[in-house]
Amino acid sequence: MDFFATTALGLIAAIPVTLLLFVASAIGSSLIAGGLVAAQQSRITRPIAQAWIFVFRGTPLLLQIFMVYYGLAALGPIRHGWLWPAFREPLFCAWLAMTCCCSAYIAEVLRGALTAIPKGQIEAALACGMGRWTRLRRVIMPQMLRLALPSYGNELVMMIKSTSLASSITVLDVTGVASQVIAHSYRTLEVFCLAAAVYLCMTAALTALLRRIERSLAPAGSRRA
Amino acid sequence: MIDTDLSLAALIGFGPDGWGWALMSGAVLTLAVALAAMAIGSVLGGVLAAMQASRRPWLVWIAATYGLVLRGVPELLVVLLLYFGTPELMAAVASLFGLPAPGSPPAFLTGSIAIGLVSAAYQAEVFRGGMLAVPHGQIEAAMAAGMGPATRLRRVILPQVLHHVLPPLGNIWQFNLKDSALVSITGLAELMRVSLVAAGSTRRPFVFFAAAMVLYLIMTSASSALFRLLERRGARWSKR
Repeated sequence: MDFFATTALGLIAAIPVTLLLFVASAIGSSLIAGGLVAAQQSRITRPIAQAWIFVFRGTPLLLQIFMVYYGLAALGPIRHGWLWPAFREPLFCAWLAMTCCCSAYIAEVLRGALTAIPKGQIEAALACGMGRWTRLRRVIMPQMLRLALPSYGNELVMMIKSTSLASSITVLDVTGVASQVIAHSYRTLEVFCLAAAVYLCMTAALTALLRRIERSLAPAGSRRA
Repeated sequence: MIDTDLSLAALIGFGPDGWGWALMSGAVLTLAVALAAMAIGSVLGGVLAAMQASRRPWLVWIAATYGLVLRGVPELLVVLLLYFGTPELMAAVASLFGLPAPGSPPAFLTGSIAIGLVSAAYQAEVFRGGMLAVPHGQIEAAMAAGMGPATRLRRVILPQVLHHVLPPLGNIWQFNLKDSALVSITGLAELMRVSLVAAGSTRRPFVFFAAAMVLYLIMTSASSALFRLLERRGARWSKR
């Protein structure tokens, strides 16, 4: 029982690393995704956004993480440039790869929400004399938020799970600590099941939180008591 | 550049020093893992969907819990658990019967089962949605027209269910294809593993990871084109 307790404590102590990676890449990828959707609106920048989405959605995240951590590090300009202190850190590399990868998925979610907004509303906003920014802030954004939230939430859950890939480049997140414990105790089943339980708690908590937000954002008429 | 003895073309080419064939066979193995996982996931996902539709609450509970757990745990952890856990489990079972430890099962098998188990949780959701696509009246109508169960399935149920199920199944297939990269940790020489080995032994990681990315992109875009074709074929009789 002692082994279980110490392992569980070790895994719980690693939760902040997993959460830091998750929150940082959620913020980074959402910002980039917003930029990608904006870029898709203009004919000049659209190919760039499309290529970004195509590459990052079409290749495995694990490969992208290795590309950033090992691949880019082998290039002269990165190795000898001023960015090297960042690219030397596995946590930064995992964050960069996750941010780029997830931004492509979130951009697709946001684009779907944008096309779901009825055209008449934008015309109505124009007819009211709203400018570009007012329209974005008062008509488009609030609705996009509500329409995108369910799929956006799914992406966030996927992201929490994806953070485990950072362990493959020596980041000591929950999975990393679990592998470490197994390396010197050889008790595979117990440790991985404990780690799985930790992840399950995190994803369940996030799902519950998202459902609450979803309910509070629902239009007043459809809200259930 | 760290190592310039070999030109780029020779490195990823098909010559004696090139890794072209290794990368190609890795891509084939990646496809094989993804296909096996998809098949395992379809069978198990179908069973899970049927369980969720059953009237026995414990069957519903098992299927729902399965979906909750397998969709809430990282795929990497499932692969690790199966790869490192099954030998231990098999040894434990064998020792119960007084047999020697049977060793570890082949990496291809554990890898595709692991991805398949995750895939099943997602496919069950898709099938459950698809089953709702056929109104009950249609099945009654088919029965009234004297159709047997096989004809009913072929002519009434499948055409409508497939139409609903194909787009999300295409998505799941793409995820399987990309998740198969996780099987590389078991040492199976699929595309991710081959590119890692090549990167390590030539010290040209950028080249080989880029090559692997291109191969993955070819596979994902080719399969999405294929699915779009199937969808259009499936929708040829329906109104736009």
